[in-house]
Amino acid sequence: MQKNKARSRFIVACVAPACILAFIFMVVPTFNVFRMSLFRWGGYSPNQTFVGLQNFITLFQDEDFFRSCRNSILLIVLVTVVTLSFALLFAFILTREKIRGQNLFRIVFYIPNILSVVVISAIFSAIYDSNRGLLNSILSLFRGDADPIYWLGDQKIVIYSLAIAMVWQAIGYYMVMYMASMSSIPESLYESANLEGASRTRQFFSITLPLIWTNIRTTLTFFIISNINMSFLFVKAMTGGGPDGSTEVFLSYMYSQAYTNSTYGYGMAIGVVVFSFSFALSALVNFVTKREPLEF
Amino acid sequence: MKQDIVGHKQGLVSKIIIYVLLIALLITIVVPVAWVFMASIKENSEFYGNPFALPQGVHWQNFVDAWTKARMGDYFFTSVMITAMALAILLVVALPAAYVLSRYKFIGSKFLNTCFMAGLFINVSYIVVPIFLMFVSGDKIVRNLFGTGFFLNNPFVVSVVLASTTLPFTIYLLSSYLATLPKDYEEAAYVDGAGYFTTMVRIILPMAKPSIVTVILFEFLAYWNEYIISQTMLTDPNGARTLPVGLLNLMKAQNARAEYGQMYAGMVMVMVPTLVLYMCVQKKLTQGMTLGGLKG
Repeated sequence: MQKNKARSRFIVACVAPACILAFIFMVVPTFNVFRMSLFRWGGYSPNQTFVGLQNFITLFQDEDFFRSCRNSILLIVLVTVVTLSFALLFAFILTREKIRGQNLFRIVFYIPNILSVVVISAIFSAIYDSNRGLLNSILSLFRGDADPIYWLGDQKIVIYSLAIAMVWQAIGYYMVMYMASMSSIPESLYESANLEGASRTRQFFSITLPLIWTNIRTTLTFFIISNINMSFLFVKAMTGGGPDGSTEVFLSYMYSQAYTNSTYGYGMAIGVVVFSFSFALSALVNFVTKREPLEF
Repeated sequence: MKQDIVGHKQGLVSKIIIYVLLIALLITIVVPVAWVFMASIKENSEFYGNPFALPQGVHWQNFVDAWTKARMGDYFFTSVMITAMALAILLVVALPAAYVLSRYKFIGSKFLNTCFMAGLFINVSYIVVPIFLMFVSGDKIVRNLFGTGFFLNNPFVVSVVLASTTLPFTIYLLSSYLATLPKDYEEAAYVDGAGYFTTMVRIILPMAKPSIVTVILFEFLAYWNEYIISQTMLTDPNGARTLPVGLLNLMKAQNARAEYGQMYAGMVMVMVPTLVLYMCVQKKLTQGMTLGGLKG
């Protein structure tokens, strides 16, 4: 009996601090997001008015919200497809080919992942600068003295400029991840494929891809969730949603409505919609990519 | 014989393509980063010429200006403080919790495990504004009682928030490692008369070292590079700030006042600690990633 008591006391002492902190700083705010989406509230004033689903009705008539949707979805699709294909390609090259300086490549490719998003944004702002930027000064070699391209100033281009920076940041991380799972595929499979004369491309699609499919599925789901968050961080640091709101994404629009614009309840309604959207999307992706897992 | 030569040629061509690909990616990563270091020692007038020109001399004044005039020195210490405190809080809270949650069965243990797993999906970006408003109203109460605010503009509170919001991932990572250790160690310790606490600190924690190191590496990078929480919670322009937030301000100031040198010096200050850490432990970091699975 005495021992049981000591055991429970130990368990409570260990778990309680973590639970309390997680409750205050994660559960309560998350609950507030959902609750406050039903209220009209400026954030600072004491009057909170219950308005039911009014915020959501306004939201579905809000052109700016739909623009942020389009941008977010474009970024999710574009950045996911490009990043994961490059990551797979480079992981395959670095695990399957005998490359000089293999370690150097692996180490360098991972560097963008350890840099702050602010630093990456600053680097890319310098690259994209219309007058003194690296990109335009390289391009001027081919284009002569034509008008500079406004990478961050042209509403049609700016979202792609953002996408490039996001791909740049993410490739290395996912490459290292795939390298780990690719290196666990037994060598004998490739040897017999070589004997039968299968090309490298064939080996990639028939051996590597099916065998790491489970890993790709998991990364895909996580990538989509983290992409919604990363696009917010990049937009906030690099363009601030501009020019003229053309790069607003889901969470940056939520942030600006809730924090800058002081329409807190409305911002939280956006949060609820985005939250549900990201869950639905990852469930969908999970369902679509479902296959029988293969064993080695 | 003929086939052999053709095969050899094909191999050579694909080798060349592979190296071109690898080196292209290498260049897109190394050149911008190296360029920032180069630009950080250029004089302001040099920024108007060719961006690829080598610096004419070493202009350390940029760093001095950034450190004192732009207050990056103060921000540097704030960043160090917040990162260190957040790491300390995180380890003290997360280690016992992960240990108990992964190795003890008690009423509600399954429920708590599920809760922390669900916490993996809650992103800070969704809940940063609710946390901020919680602090605003908390400060109102504290100010009425004691005359000064406590929650906002307080580096310690920022580190508590940082530690709390990374709890689910850390507990997940530590538990999955701790769960693999054999039960016999604890049983032997109990037979020898060691208490629960002694067993945890003396027997289990030393064995969990690899996973602890991984946590420290990951969260150091996360805390050091983070800017959304610190930007939102540290509102006083003359008060404490973290380095990435200071850098964001320099980026904005650069557009108005053309203080390029200072901005690049600021970027170097944010980058160098992470790069140095990475160079020392890059092997551990990329291995740890596969140990911990995923981070969104």
